[in-house]
Amino acid sequence: MDSTQLKKEIQERRRQAQSAPSEESRPAEHNMAELRKLQPRYRGLEAGHRACQGCGEALAARLVTEAAGPDVILTNATGCLEVFTTPWPQSAWRLPWIHSLFENSAAVASGVEAALKAQGRKTKVIAQGGDGGTFDIGFQALSGMLERQHNILYVCYDNEAYMNTGIQRSGSTPHAAMTTTSPPGKERMGKRHLKKDLLSIIAAHHIPYAASASVAYPADIRRKVRRAVSIEGPTFLLIHSPCPLGWGIESDISIEVARLAVQTGLFPVVELERGELTGVMPIRHPKPVADYLKLQNRFKHLFTEDPRAREEREHLQALADHNIEIYQLKGDGMDALDTDGADTVRRGGMVD
Amino acid sequence: MLHALEGSQAIAQAVALCRPGVVAAYPITPQTHIVENISKLVADGKLKCEFVSVESEFSAASVVLGSSAAGSRSYTASSSQGILLMAEVLFDIAGMRLPVVMTCANRAISAPINIWNDHQDSMTVRDSGWIQLHCADNQEAIDTSIQAFRIAERTELPVMVCMDGFVLTHTLEVVDMPSAEQVDSYLPPFTFKNKLDPKHPLSLGTLVGPEYYTEARYSLHRALEKALPEIEAADADWAKICGRASGGLLTVEGPENATTAVLAMGSVVSTLTESNEMLPGNKRVKIIKLRSFRPFPIEALQMACAGLKELIVLERAFSPGLGGILGTEVRAALAGMQKPPQVRNFTVGLGGRDIPMSTLSKLINAAKTQAPGGFAILDVEPERLPPEDR
Amino acid sequence: MIEIRIHGRGGQGNVVAAYVLAGAAFEEGKRCQAFPNFGAERRGAPVVAFVRIAEKPILRRCQVEAPGFLIIQDESLLHIPSVLEGLKDKGGVLVNSLKSSEELTKEYGRPMIALAGSQMAQEIVGRPLANVALLSAFLTLSAILPLEALKKALSKRFKGDVLEKNLKLIDEVGAHVTAGQWKKEAKHVACA
Repeated sequence: MDSTQLKKEIQERRRQAQSAPSEESRPAEHNMAELRKLQPRYRGLEAGHRACQGCGEALAARLVTEAAGPDVILTNATGCLEVFTTPWPQSAWRLPWIHSLFENSAAVASGVEAALKAQGRKTKVIAQGGDGGTFDIGFQALSGMLERQHNILYVCYDNEAYMNTGIQRSGSTPHAAMTTTSPPGKERMGKRHLKKDLLSIIAAHHIPYAASASVAYPADIRRKVRRAVSIEGPTFLLIHSPCPLGWGIESDISIEVARLAVQTGLFPVVELERGELTGVMPIRHPKPVADYLKLQNRFKHLFTEDPRAREEREHLQALADHNIEIYQLKGDGMDALDTDGADTVRRGGMVD
Repeated sequence: MLHALEGSQAIAQAVALCRPGVVAAYPITPQTHIVENISKLVADGKLKCEFVSVESEFSAASVVLGSSAAGSRSYTASSSQGILLMAEVLFDIAGMRLPVVMTCANRAISAPINIWNDHQDSMTVRDSGWIQLHCADNQEAIDTSIQAFRIAERTELPVMVCMDGFVLTHTLEVVDMPSAEQVDSYLPPFTFKNKLDPKHPLSLGTLVGPEYYTEARYSLHRALEKALPEIEAADADWAKICGRASGGLLTVEGPENATTAVLAMGSVVSTLTESNEMLPGNKRVKIIKLRSFRPFPIEALQMACAGLKELIVLERAFSPGLGGILGTEVRAALAGMQKPPQVRNFTVGLGGRDIPMSTLSKLINAAKTQAPGGFAILDVEPERLPPEDR
Repeated sequence: MIEIRIHGRGGQGNVVAAYVLAGAAFEEGKRCQAFPNFGAERRGAPVVAFVRIAEKPILRRCQVEAPGFLIIQDESLLHIPSVLEGLKDKGGVLVNSLKSSEELTKEYGRPMIALAGSQMAQEIVGRPLANVALLSAFLTLSAILPLEALKKALSKRFKGDVLEKNLKLIDEVGAHVTAGQWKKEAKHVACA
């Protein structure tokens, strides 16, 4: 599958959605006015911010704040999310929000939470960071926050590189991906190291709840956020969020690319409680990793005649297969919450 | 009430009297006794606050940044490498105008590693936008800690109370610990108008571009300048309650007609003062105790230096490749005077080297031969170095 | 002002001894200052602490260079040359040792007073820490402060059984040294 074919599919879906029966002729349970009432009543992150088209992080942050509800205080690591939401004197946040530095979102959140505790306030704290601010530079502060059992949900929007500074490799960048600091060349095939298995490290803190999610599955994100904020104690959510610029994809296929990361097994969507695996999103039809890679410029060098290209493709396929095996992602037949079923209402459209 | 207390214990009790909502800290010698004592007060139920024992000084500073923004009176303490690790956050706290109070148990900076006292740590973050007040003894450290919360909360600027590591923190001496009633009558409960609150959602720490960054920084500069009268008022008002002042921005002691003065900060002032009293009357100098290093009290210093022929600046840190930091700043500050005194500049007591009673005489003698604009380390012994390093 | 230097080894309660002695002075309405020779020493390493006792506020913060008295918690420390350094001419030296005062005086060539502090502490308190015993002996010898002041200072730091036993130790030690023997020395070594 290439992006032309994928786009055709998307267009077909949209056409179907547009030609769907009008509101009046729909059965009552499909009445859009009624359905809208079920939608969140407010947005934590307002429209009009300056994210790129197709930004996975912007959507994910909106979904998180909508699901978490209004009684929330947000902290934010330095990064795209901070930059595109708050160019002074504007702010896209409808929630109290504080940004301090790159590496201290978890520590600032710890302080906010301590103050709330001292004041007897029940407001929930959500710390946010990108993968650079979470996997790498902010990791120590995050580990400390988890160890001290602060009542905080930490959300990492994982777009797999330092996008804010111009697409440099991070600990989260997948193996073999091209970034500006892991360029392919005569001696290299992109990033030489593996994506850090952060979720396992987080889970090893034996916190009540740690999960991964993908921006391609909004309902799943909402459910996990609601679950996480209802828990008294530290919780963690890793949300796979494509960056069209950094991944070298067109903005309008961003969600579909994210979906493929899950469907191939490269990005396992799982839940861990107190360090134990308690839930996975099964893959109904595992797709070949190449389907995912081919759409992205950052893996372009893996589709050349270079013999190392095939080797690295196989390597990545093996990593996906390994995920499928260790998390037992391969579902048996239909599952309402598998990769095909979990997201029946797709963004901008209706049922598949 | 009078007590014989170790400096650290005294500071812990003074901070507790200020009823902080959140205290965050990471251990580092010689600051540790302060936070140990605070955590004991919390454990014994004598202080109701959230004590957050963090995994680094970086997080200690970040926690009090967050807790202050969320509307709790917040305190931390550190020293040396801890201050340097905090540096990024310290600038942020000041830039965000959060009224955090911190004790800096002044200590030298690596390398070579050295756990003893000098002022290189707080000096290194002098441009962070924090108010920096230096204490000459433990009584001043107690009173200044209490005043620090008032100054911070009125100016919305963070305050660093600098007290010499070991020399003050680990010294037991007689101090007058104020009563809870005295402190309560002086320090109202903390309210912060910009606090994080879902009912009034604000965005703090936003991105500011070239079109406004200069103004934001200028306002921080002005805020520090405007803090000068607040520091004086905080001291004067506290003196009204407890009968004791800590020296406002600076104090001048010694004979009225002396034309030489020695200016210093911190506990060395105590030793200099006693040495001065032991000199013959006609040899005595003025001793200028600089309490407020940031904001730098230019006007008050010029007034204090009126009529002086010679001002010897004795400091506890320096800038390699330049010389004295305090001395350079004093020279700049006095440049506007009609008849500025000749400024001599010496550093002494680096990395805990003892500053004996003989220092004052040695200093006055050494000043006689220092060239204008000069700088020297008073107690260095170059012959102990290999010839090529001298 | 009287300046005292206390030598010990890490773990012998050297700083506590300095703080308690200064605390005793405070209980008598005097001014005091006590601080360790700040170090990074671990257990067993030689350590030093300083005490100043005066009638008026003490300003100087330098180390004690010329002590009027030395309190030495471990006889083996006498082998370090710097231990006796700076001691004033008529200053007194009190040593925790199983030897007699005469033996020590002969061995080190200057007057010294010995106290079997560790042994007494072991017998009465159950731990061989000589610090409190030495303080009691020092105050009995010099008479610069009453033993009551020492007891008061100690009771602010310890409680229960440990305190009771240490108070008993203070009384017992008094019988082993000559009260007021250093009275003259105390006057002589006092400085402005």
